[in-house]
Amino acid sequence: MELTRPRVGLFVTCLVDLFRPSVGFATVKLLEEAGCVVEVPESQTCCGQPAFNSGDRKDTADIARAVIKAFSPYDYVVAPSGSCAGMIKAHYPELFAKDSPDRAAADALSEKTYELVSFLVRVMKQEKVAARFDGSATYHDSCSGLRELGVKAEPRKLLRTVEGLDLVEMEDAEVCCGFGGTFCVKYPDISNVMVAKKTKKIAATGADLLLAGDLGCLMNMAGKLKREGSALKARHVAEILAGDTATPPIAEAE
Amino acid sequence: MEAKTAEFTSNVARAIADSQLQGTMTETGPRFIEKRAKARAGLPEFDALRDQARDIKDHVLAHLDLYLERYEAKVAESGGHVHWAETAEEARAAILSICRKLDAKLATKGKSMISEEIGLNQALEAAGITPVETDLGEYLIQLRNEPPSHIIAPAVHLTRDQIEADFRKAHTHLDPNRDLTEIPTLVEEARTVLRQKYLDADVGITGANFLIAETGTSIIVTNEGNGDLTQTLPKAHIVIASIEKIVPTLEDATTILRVLARSATGQDFSNYTTFSTGPRRPEDPDGPLEYHVVILDNGRSNVLGTEFQDMLRCIRCGACLNHCPVYQAVGGHAYGWVYPGPIGSVVTPALIGIEKAKHLPNASTFCGRCEEVCPMRIPLPRLLRHWREKEFEKHLTPAAVRSGLSVWAYFAKRPKLYQFGTRIAARLLNVMSGRKGRFASLPLAQGWTRYRDMPAPQGKTFQAMWKERRHG
Amino acid sequence: MDNARSRILSRIRRSADKGDETARVAAVEARLQHPQRNLVPERGQGDEAHRIEVFVRMMEAVGGTVEILRDLNDVPASVATYLRNTNRPAMIRRGRDEYLANLPWHRAQTLTVKEGRAEDADTASLTHAFAGVAETGTVVQLSGPDNPTTLNFMPEAHIVLLEAKDITASYEEAWTRLRDIYGPGQMPRTVNMISGPSRTGDIEQTIVRPAHGPKDMHVIIFRRP
Repeated sequence: MELTRPRVGLFVTCLVDLFRPSVGFATVKLLEEAGCVVEVPESQTCCGQPAFNSGDRKDTADIARAVIKAFSPYDYVVAPSGSCAGMIKAHYPELFAKDSPDRAAADALSEKTYELVSFLVRVMKQEKVAARFDGSATYHDSCSGLRELGVKAEPRKLLRTVEGLDLVEMEDAEVCCGFGGTFCVKYPDISNVMVAKKTKKIAATGADLLLAGDLGCLMNMAGKLKREGSALKARHVAEILAGDTATPPIAEAE
Repeated sequence: MEAKTAEFTSNVARAIADSQLQGTMTETGPRFIEKRAKARAGLPEFDALRDQARDIKDHVLAHLDLYLERYEAKVAESGGHVHWAETAEEARAAILSICRKLDAKLATKGKSMISEEIGLNQALEAAGITPVETDLGEYLIQLRNEPPSHIIAPAVHLTRDQIEADFRKAHTHLDPNRDLTEIPTLVEEARTVLRQKYLDADVGITGANFLIAETGTSIIVTNEGNGDLTQTLPKAHIVIASIEKIVPTLEDATTILRVLARSATGQDFSNYTTFSTGPRRPEDPDGPLEYHVVILDNGRSNVLGTEFQDMLRCIRCGACLNHCPVYQAVGGHAYGWVYPGPIGSVVTPALIGIEKAKHLPNASTFCGRCEEVCPMRIPLPRLLRHWREKEFEKHLTPAAVRSGLSVWAYFAKRPKLYQFGTRIAARLLNVMSGRKGRFASLPLAQGWTRYRDMPAPQGKTFQAMWKERRHG
Repeated sequence: MDNARSRILSRIRRSADKGDETARVAAVEARLQHPQRNLVPERGQGDEAHRIEVFVRMMEAVGGTVEILRDLNDVPASVATYLRNTNRPAMIRRGRDEYLANLPWHRAQTLTVKEGRAEDADTASLTHAFAGVAETGTVVQLSGPDNPTTLNFMPEAHIVLLEAKDITASYEEAWTRLRDIYGPGQMPRTVNMISGPSRTGDIEQTIVRPAHGPKDMHVIIFRRP
């Protein structure tokens, strides 16, 4: 009996699209290896969080409607980001009045939207990956993935199956890195205190590599590590799980 | 108290430049977190109790008028007096009037955030009544003429050296050569000085953690015992409490008490939980002869029935402050008014107006740790976001942010145009970075590059590459 | 102020769609007439031996001391010994509580026993607890001439006599007993729940004992043989 392969709509996220497409391709590779058919709706731009978190509900709702329309045909929506997946899953339904058709559509999309790594483990029941990384890595729990979607055990579970990788926990892995979307440019001084505390904890692990599931947080932490002259590398967790160590780490040259 | 919320940005800069403050915060900040985690782990029912605590308060808020009326009747039945105050000014007037009738000269005070909210000490002083804070932390900041920097640990920002200097300045009747280097010696000195104040006071003013409708009782919770000496020894006990402090029954109060201390200090129960009902009874040898309760609204009833109502469940435990990375970065004074931290950023706009407090709801990354630990399950990030929505509606959002947002939204709603733009941006930024993989500075992104490098795009957008891959 | 009262209450009433008024009143009446227990933690629940064990453990964890006596007649000597061991004058202040009054004080001849509310000069007090709550090692004291509330706070040492049979698993059981004695909706002027000696953490989060209340809290549990 042949099982139907689930059709996954990849929500690539605006940061991955613009800054680091390699994360998108690592995501596609992981999903395909897990047995999914991956499609990328062309009409996607952003999940709408910048508007949502700035109090602009109207633009948020407009963007949400477009995302809902573009992704409704798929069995699942997967994003290499807890933040964007959390936006679709936890917040899209809040945007629309109860009992409205928009709300019903948002609820339906919410049901089938996942952050990448938790999707692999929870839905595709993946137990291990075929990847190798020689060195030690520490994982930062990005806030939305952790608190809106409960992603905590899944990345660690798969990372422990990466050959040669030594996973070391940092202190305060669950504390925000200070990115916060527009927060980091609106309140740069506060953001800096937060990210400086974070890079201290990262460095204290002695790990070679920093991993996380959200590119925004990674750009913030990697940018700070580089400014501090640290030799630590930073990568999206999907890259390591997909075995992509050829692409230069975040904020590093080819 | 005068609000300095509008100067948030400069308050923050000062706080961050204050190395002593930063040191204290880094040193003491994590302790609250560890203690709470331990207390939570010690009580398997903790999270279920949080659900019940939330439900109790929601029930109260839906029936608040009825419970307040019952509470008032029960206070009267036990010989006490209830005074209603719509505003801070009315509350101050009510308290001053009670004090004048008693010809009061000295008022001891238990810790009360409402007292800070209505600026009671200044009003008492202006009326010739000396207020003496008796909670050690409140006493310490009263000596410095500072507002509290934390809801339950008002002097958490101070070091023992600062306190020693303040004591030498204030307690001039004591030997100037005394040794005050150790913390227990400082506490002992405060105990001795304040013991005499309890004995001399004409009125004792306390806040209330809860008001019980069933019995007309006010509850205070302390570890020091200062609230008890404050309310028991003088002629009159004045309670000042806001309308949402009501709970229906002793059992309901008990349930919330079980989550209060654990969330606040990580104790299973505070040392002293005191239930006060009316003045001393005819046969009693001690206790106050008069018992007054001033019930304050000050804008809270306007919050009922709105999307902000959940904030009224707050029991002022301070857990959200302790777990907030922003609070831990800037301390309580930066918030500029009485209530700091996430709950402060939600409550302050409701009490003094979003126009004055517009920064506060924005100074959050929405990391959600506050909601995660709130014993009353207040959805703090959601309430902060609702304030941002109000600001957006009222055009309080800064013009630069607003116009940036509308340009971005214009593109975000037009995928073809958006992708055209991102393709150019990815290429341009990649080239501009000199293929170094990052920028040390970038015009238009100086908020970012002042403190950290900006990673450069890889050169092509995912969408463009995906198309290439599919169409060869 | 009456105007303030009616304005506040009417704003609250207006604030939301509250639905059926009769149902609201009924809900409040039902809750107040028949107070219901919410979730009660398991920690303290069990037989007397278990409740004592938990009470002692919790009280000691917060800096209190506990001794268990099998003979009520030993209380005076025990009080005297405690005061001697903690280097305090052989003096104790207590209220009119009959239970305390009937103890054989003559057995501790050096001990001065004063009756009444606490005075500033008093160094130690003895009270008879209404209840002990195992859950958190908490004693419940009721104000009145029998056990004036100042005895709980003013002297440097607070000694509490607690009968083992009065140690309840939870606070809720103490409330039920209180209602049985005082009647529904009635309270003594002050109910003090006390868990250990006075402390503060207000300077650099360092715990120091005492702050303003007693430095030492000593609980004598009388357990009938």
